[in-house]
Amino acid sequence: MIALLLRDLRLAMRAGGGFGLGLAFFLMVTVLVPLGVGPEFEVLRRIAPGILWVGALLACLLTLDRLFALDFEDGSLEVLATAPIPMEGVVAVKSLAHWVVTGLPLTLIAPGLGVLMSLAPEGYLWLVVALAVGTPALSVIGAFGAALTVGLKRGGLLLSLLVLPMYVPTLIFGTDVVTRGARGLDPGTPLLFLAGITLGAVALLPFAAAAAIRANLK
Amino acid sequence: MSIWEYANPKKFMQTSAWALPWVTGLAVVLLAGGLIWGFFLTPDDFKQGSTVKIIYLHVPSAMMAVTAWFMMLAGSLIWLIRRHHVSALTAKAAGPVGLTFTLIGLVTGAIWGQPMWGTWWAWDPRLTSFLILGLFYLGYIALWEAIEDPDTAADLTSVLCIVGSVFAFMSRYAVMFWNQGLHQGASLSIDKEEHVSNVYAFPLWTCIAGFVLLFVTLVLLRTRTEIRARRMKSLLARERVA
Amino acid sequence: MDMQVTDLAVARGGVTVLEGVAFTLSGGQVLVLRGPNGIGKTTLLRTLAGLQPAVAGRVVAGEVAYAGHADGVKAMLTVAENLGFWAAVNGVGGVEAALEAMNLGALRHRRGADGSAGQRRRLGLARLLVTGRKVWLLDEPTVSLDVASVALFGAVLRGHLGQGGAALIATHIDLGLPEARDLDLTPYKAVQPALDEVFG
Repeated sequence: MIALLLRDLRLAMRAGGGFGLGLAFFLMVTVLVPLGVGPEFEVLRRIAPGILWVGALLACLLTLDRLFALDFEDGSLEVLATAPIPMEGVVAVKSLAHWVVTGLPLTLIAPGLGVLMSLAPEGYLWLVVALAVGTPALSVIGAFGAALTVGLKRGGLLLSLLVLPMYVPTLIFGTDVVTRGARGLDPGTPLLFLAGITLGAVALLPFAAAAAIRANLK
Repeated sequence: MSIWEYANPKKFMQTSAWALPWVTGLAVVLLAGGLIWGFFLTPDDFKQGSTVKIIYLHVPSAMMAVTAWFMMLAGSLIWLIRRHHVSALTAKAAGPVGLTFTLIGLVTGAIWGQPMWGTWWAWDPRLTSFLILGLFYLGYIALWEAIEDPDTAADLTSVLCIVGSVFAFMSRYAVMFWNQGLHQGASLSIDKEEHVSNVYAFPLWTCIAGFVLLFVTLVLLRTRTEIRARRMKSLLARERVA
Repeated sequence: MDMQVTDLAVARGGVTVLEGVAFTLSGGQVLVLRGPNGIGKTTLLRTLAGLQPAVAGRVVAGEVAYAGHADGVKAMLTVAENLGFWAAVNGVGGVEAALEAMNLGALRHRRGADGSAGQRRRLGLARLLVTGRKVWLLDEPTVSLDVASVALFGAVLRGHLGQGGAALIATHIDLGLPEARDLDLTPYKAVQPALDEVFG
């Protein structure tokens, strides 16, 4: 399993785009929004948590369609299915690799983008906390969507249609953590909900995703 | 005789062919009766005027939108556990019907909301969860359409339906947490004091019964179509093998 | 005996293509699947590999190694990294020996993307050596191999048999294995059900 993680990370580094693309997209969204809604400080400060979360969500989505599709096309997924690693483990490890390549860097650069969005000073800590807690759920839910669409030629669009509605709870609680934090309120309740969703998704969705991959390999 | 015999496609076709005219007829009678009763024979509400009468379309379609999803969930579970093709196909058949009911619920809600709340749309929890339910329906239907092999499609949509149910449920509570809302309380409930008076409730129940039967009619019809399509596909596949 | 198959029926796209397939395969034996295109050789191998469910019948077998049409070679990894990954997944060593056996030693630092189809196939076959499994299921293993490489693979296969391994191979060419037995699938072709029984 560690070999699989290392291989996926190595592939992400070598193929390029893995690290860079999601981050560049996240930056792009955050630059475009003020250009669209206007530079008023108050407006930006109010919408900052939501925009940053939506940006992170879309950036996560960007690299999902290749999560299993590449292994499916070159036959690796078939071989992995007959290897001594359970498919649930494969899904979990590949989701982890996806998170390391997208969720983690997004979390780390988010404060920088918070400056662009005039986020209130109290919000930065909670922005990082919320993204760190919430983005693993985005990767696992996305892996489930990728598993459903792995056999399809043009699965990318369908993938976003399937995955985005499932991002709703994470988005709501994640944004709320940042909003409350930025206003100096206690973000404990939404943070616990957010953590609950992440833990539940990480624990259960690999099973659903593995079932989907097995069905797709038939 | 076991209930699973109806899961045999041949038996299902026979039984549904017999039942369909009866169900259809009853649905038409109940809907026509309930709507005429509701629209023309009940008084206007003292606060909402005649606008209230859209309740006879709004409430039943909203109820059926949720019920259709539960039916899809049941069909998906039966397919995954017992591998009866008919149950997967009824789930497939229920999808577009459920989506249509969701849209009717949203549109009639907007028409009702405009004079009452002064806006076509508000990000009220109930409205928002319905919109999200609509998105889940869209994804489910799109996945069925996208996958060529019918058994794989049934497997994948079933898994999606189960996982989607959990997320739809979570979204509902997340949205309630997110915004408190304008929507009035439940129109009908068994244990609460706060609901519509009997003058409106009786025609409403008639309409709901009509909508249930309308749903059954549509699902039966669509399932029959799906079974015929499956049979056609099997015959073609068999020709390729021979 | 490493694999025993009784009364097996397999389906492709919902249509049963083979039924009543039965054979046994013991250590040191090779069974070559014969039959015209479309008879269901690939379907049979995939079913035995556990990638798709059988329609009926019984398969008694230990863990098997499967090599299908695709090689499972990552374009952005080197030859040695590709093989090292599969060895790690299977928890066995022998990467060097496997590279030498398929004459890939000189290519070890070359990326998968830069190899020819034949070289990638050789890498795909070398993977079998690092699975540590006794029964190999091979689907057209010699596609895109030149004559020398076919002979090389024949030697690898003989070595595997010599160590008590077994193989089930779908192929149209002669691998130069005198001990190979043929299994003609034509008699097992499934009889299609009557018209009104199809999904009804």
